[in-house]
Amino acid sequence: MLKFRNTVLPALAGIALAGPAVAADYTVTQKNKQFDKAELTVSAGDAVRFVNQDDHAHNVYSRSSGNTFDLGLQDPGTGESVVFSTPGTVNVRCAIHPKMKMTVTVKP
Amino acid sequence: MTRGRLKTIADIRFALGAAAFLLSAASVGPVPAKAYDTAAERPKSRAEWKAEYVRPATIPFPADNPYTTEKAQLGQFLFFDPRLSGSNHISCATCHNPSMSWGDGLPTGFGHNMGRLGRRTPTILNAAWLELLMWDGRFESLEEQALGPMGAQAEMNQDLSLIESEIASIPGYRTMFNVVFPKEGVSLKTIAKAIATYERTVVSGLAPFDRWIAGDENAIPVAAKRGFDLFSGKAKCAECHSGWNMTDHSFHDIGLPDGDIGRGNAFPANPKLQHAFKTPTLRNVARRAPYMHNGSLPDLMAVIEHYDKGGVSRPSLSDEMQPLHLSEREKQDLVAFLETLDGEDEPTVMPRLPVGPGIAQLRTAD
Repeated sequence: MLKFRNTVLPALAGIALAGPAVAADYTVTQKNKQFDKAELTVSAGDAVRFVNQDDHAHNVYSRSSGNTFDLGLQDPGTGESVVFSTPGTVNVRCAIHPKMKMTVTVKP
Repeated sequence: MTRGRLKTIADIRFALGAAAFLLSAASVGPVPAKAYDTAAERPKSRAEWKAEYVRPATIPFPADNPYTTEKAQLGQFLFFDPRLSGSNHISCATCHNPSMSWGDGLPTGFGHNMGRLGRRTPTILNAAWLELLMWDGRFESLEEQALGPMGAQAEMNQDLSLIESEIASIPGYRTMFNVVFPKEGVSLKTIAKAIATYERTVVSGLAPFDRWIAGDENAIPVAAKRGFDLFSGKAKCAECHSGWNMTDHSFHDIGLPDGDIGRGNAFPANPKLQHAFKTPTLRNVARRAPYMHNGSLPDLMAVIEHYDKGGVSRPSLSDEMQPLHLSEREKQDLVAFLETLDGEDEPTVMPRLPVGPGIAQLRTAD
């Protein structure tokens, strides 16, 4: 079940939401084929906005159970938010540049 | 070959930084006369490019599967043991043959019952440094990868629910597993951990290129040095084949004309990942023909001709792929450079596998 500060939405698992529809609690920047942080701790229901400030397109995703998502091809200059709904460890990578990775720890 | 001493990444970074400092002090290669606005825009000098190729000091082992000599030895036994296949005929080493730079020299390999496989057998050289395994990157670790071909019907065709008891029925293996994994004994997990540990010790040896990087100007011919400049510059090879292991670990469509969409199978919504395959290492490349994910290019000159033409034009084609307009001499210089990547690999000592009870009773799958 996803929870937002200002909106109520139907139950969806780990879905990504674009642009300004969700106020992000956190921002992660992509630059030089790296995330700007290796680790991030959030609470279940928090939104993280992945912003591409690089010269290359990226494809941020995770296969970690409970928080799977795939932002698809993300062009430079764009950002998309992901809500992390399930407590646990989420391994996040770029599908194109797999050395670009980080861990999101979701607390209950 | 280094093994055992586990320095931190910080130590390796220090060594790389020190080497870069020393190499930048050497004056070699063309330096452009044009002025640039920022350092990032100025093309790198040969010395700056060379600094990117320093070999690492140690092999990385993961914290949850550290190196021990016994574990690597056990892993070597398993790697060479055909009893890990359903037919009891195919081992990991059957396709990852140490005598052929850990590949099989075929366009695509053969699996169970001599069935033809879809992609070329990759080398396991320097796998310790890889981020993802397989041409399409579907395995996240060597531990995960080790069981993949073993259980795959088309490859080793081993029933994974039976392999633990088969290995445990061999007294020599029981003993080794109890020594190496005292709390766990024989399990799929410990089999994979042992194999992965052995694989991490398979490292390409010192090559003439490495001696040149370390400062020996006589290590490689002049043509190869010109080839290195092309590799780093006009031919754009280093855009993907970067660093001492000649890979950016990333997935690119290099415009080969076949229907295999590679990583696109797992990421169907990403147009740039259709027909995209992982950049492989170029270590020992001159010994590892044929080339590409499907073995379609027979020799290094064919590879260079392919890149020179620019590849099949399609939406997924990598931005770095474009016609290069290389002269004949430039193509030959590139081949001369690639030939300097042949390492003096440590010879492999063939293991004497533990004998099992009732060899005549070995099950064979049909």
